[in-house]
Amino acid sequence: MSGTSGPSRDRPLVLKGSDGRRRVISAADDLALQVGARVGMPVAKAGSLFSDLVILDADPVADAVALEKLAIWALRLYSPNVAADAPDGLILDIQGASHLLGGEAGLIEDAMRRLGDLGITAVAALADTWGAAHAVARYGGQGHQIIESGKSGEALRRLPVEALRLPAEMLPDLHLLGLDTIGELSAKPRPPLAKAFGNKLFRRIDQAFGRTPEPIEPVDAPELIKVQRVFAEPIGAPETIEKYTRRLTDQMCDRLEQAGLGVRRLDLHFTRVDNRVETVFIATAKPVREPKRLARLLCDKIETVDPGYGIEKMVMTAAFVETLVMKQTLASFEVAARPDVEDLWDVLTNRHGEGCLYRAIPTATDIPERGIKRLPPGSVDTGSSRNADYRRPQRLYRKPEPIMALAGLPDHPPRAFTWRGQRYGVTCADGPERVQGEWWVSDREKGKVRDYFVLEVENGERFWVFRTGDGQHESTGSLIWYMHGKFE
Amino acid sequence: MSVASTATLTDLRQQIEGIERVYRRARTVLPFDVLAIDAKLPGGGLALGALHEIAGGGAGAVDGAAAVALAGGIAARTGGTVLWCHYSDDLFEPALARFGLTSDRVMFFKARDERDLLSAFEEALRHGGLTAVVGELAGLSHLTSQRLQLAAEQTGTMALAVRRWRRHVDAREYGLPTTSFTRWRVTAIPSAPLPVRGVGRAKWHLELMRCRAGNGADFEVEACNAKGLIAIPALLADRSAEADERHVRAVS
Repeated sequence: MSGTSGPSRDRPLVLKGSDGRRRVISAADDLALQVGARVGMPVAKAGSLFSDLVILDADPVADAVALEKLAIWALRLYSPNVAADAPDGLILDIQGASHLLGGEAGLIEDAMRRLGDLGITAVAALADTWGAAHAVARYGGQGHQIIESGKSGEALRRLPVEALRLPAEMLPDLHLLGLDTIGELSAKPRPPLAKAFGNKLFRRIDQAFGRTPEPIEPVDAPELIKVQRVFAEPIGAPETIEKYTRRLTDQMCDRLEQAGLGVRRLDLHFTRVDNRVETVFIATAKPVREPKRLARLLCDKIETVDPGYGIEKMVMTAAFVETLVMKQTLASFEVAARPDVEDLWDVLTNRHGEGCLYRAIPTATDIPERGIKRLPPGSVDTGSSRNADYRRPQRLYRKPEPIMALAGLPDHPPRAFTWRGQRYGVTCADGPERVQGEWWVSDREKGKVRDYFVLEVENGERFWVFRTGDGQHESTGSLIWYMHGKFE
Repeated sequence: MSVASTATLTDLRQQIEGIERVYRRARTVLPFDVLAIDAKLPGGGLALGALHEIAGGGAGAVDGAAAVALAGGIAARTGGTVLWCHYSDDLFEPALARFGLTSDRVMFFKARDERDLLSAFEEALRHGGLTAVVGELAGLSHLTSQRLQLAAEQTGTMALAVRRWRRHVDAREYGLPTTSFTRWRVTAIPSAPLPVRGVGRAKWHLELMRCRAGNGADFEVEACNAKGLIAIPALLADRSAEADERHVRAVS
């Protein structure tokens, strides 16, 4: 909370709600937790115990609305299947979505950073099921956790029964029976427990362990442009799916045109007859409104859709749009001979993932292995031409390999060297080119030196080798020779 | 050779080209601007809209450094945007600028494996917006080369397959037939000594191993310069033999 109207940050703050019978604390900030206030504590008791407590009314409706908004934000950025996990969470199905942000860890990191920028403190967990992710995020203990596929059950067993999303009144009874962790609970025979607690208990357990499916109903945002088609007779053949994908894309583009928008991400949900939802989506580098191009990108993904017993509904959502103004194509003297390549970049990116396609920009650094920045195709950065005049090899070994070399100190090139078991006699050489360690990157590089040489050997091959240390001061390096690259 | 027999020959050539379905597109070529080499190539240069294979000889079969330089130089001279597909982790991208392929003209695609690489290679060729696509790969079956060749032919994009193997013994594969237009092997040889200390322009032994509608040949050349051009070393270029080597540029 910020602004002048908000309560002071120096005083503990709690929100009060009602649990049906009395007014209790429904949320408490860090300061309030420190002084001893707890969620679920009666407001009267808290008020009398902690004199400087600020007590405000909780507004669950506004909370729900805000959570919904946040869900739409996540829907745009991360995944076509996002739902609010009330009262305090979001659930994202990131199957097939994470590769765009550098894998699962990359997606979580990105989400946490952006949430942090919005002023939201969050924890994240990734697991096989909604139930498991919910439990690990709230009761797993550590910040961000990624539970490997198939290991969710193991992680769940250690957690308390509170993590199972059970009705609050059920929990004291379970504790009374001595069932504190999910592991203990799931190991018990079911019929006696089912009699006492009803089916809900085991449904939650099965959902968490992935035995019962729990589909995510994506958050519905009225402002998103949506077109859909319901089939009287379920469809399943890839050609049919493709046909209707094209039709929906045409409709979508008409709607986008009316609104003057272009799409950056387009989701296509297939509702199957068994009520499961299969989703494909595409992302583009710039807003697009050409039906042909969008259909092409979507049709690439159709093979990943499992139609099961048939698809009865297709919904296409423009998840992320940007304004796209009409562009007049001038009758130019200089006719563009070749088509624009942007759609090719989109095709390749959607098929193989974001990191695959990159521009390599030279950067202003002396250390060769740092001399390159990989940027996405749409970037306009031109990098630095600082190293343009230096001879750099086209093969640069990621890890320099130690070689045995014979050379005079302090700055003579090797006369001969042995690399990978073969001896090379040097016929001519260029160097040394001195590279200093970048102390502003790492403390250990301070004062370190590499002397690079270009060597041509007897058979004409050319190598790039370096020696650590300047040959005069021991502190600059250990005088070991390394092979670092190969020239033409 | 009499005029009549020349006419017959031209006629026969056209017939063969018809069988090979080469006639589809008026083929344009990218000359090396080195007479001795261009003379050996049908049309007077490397055909655009065709697949060409390049590999290194000796240690170059494994590291492919010289092959990358030659491919970079050729791709740079096609003049437009270039896609460079690879799956190795030792390519140092900024170095390609030394052969004219500056960072504003080249996009890189790093594939997970050869299958991904081939699919991207073909997709890029079919698009038509690029002037050249380079793919660094080891295996190239007859069927794959056919697909690449057809894709290149449709759009007039030059396809350059840089063959590079993990082990020396695998390089034997380079003898197997593919549908590529030309097949090159480039091997580093000792460069001409400079009058001062230092390392001058690299020198290559460039073998034209296979050439559709042409014969093999080999040349001694200087490596690609910043414009992507290779050159015949001065001593050879001055040779008078080149002058009387009769050469008619084929018109197609």
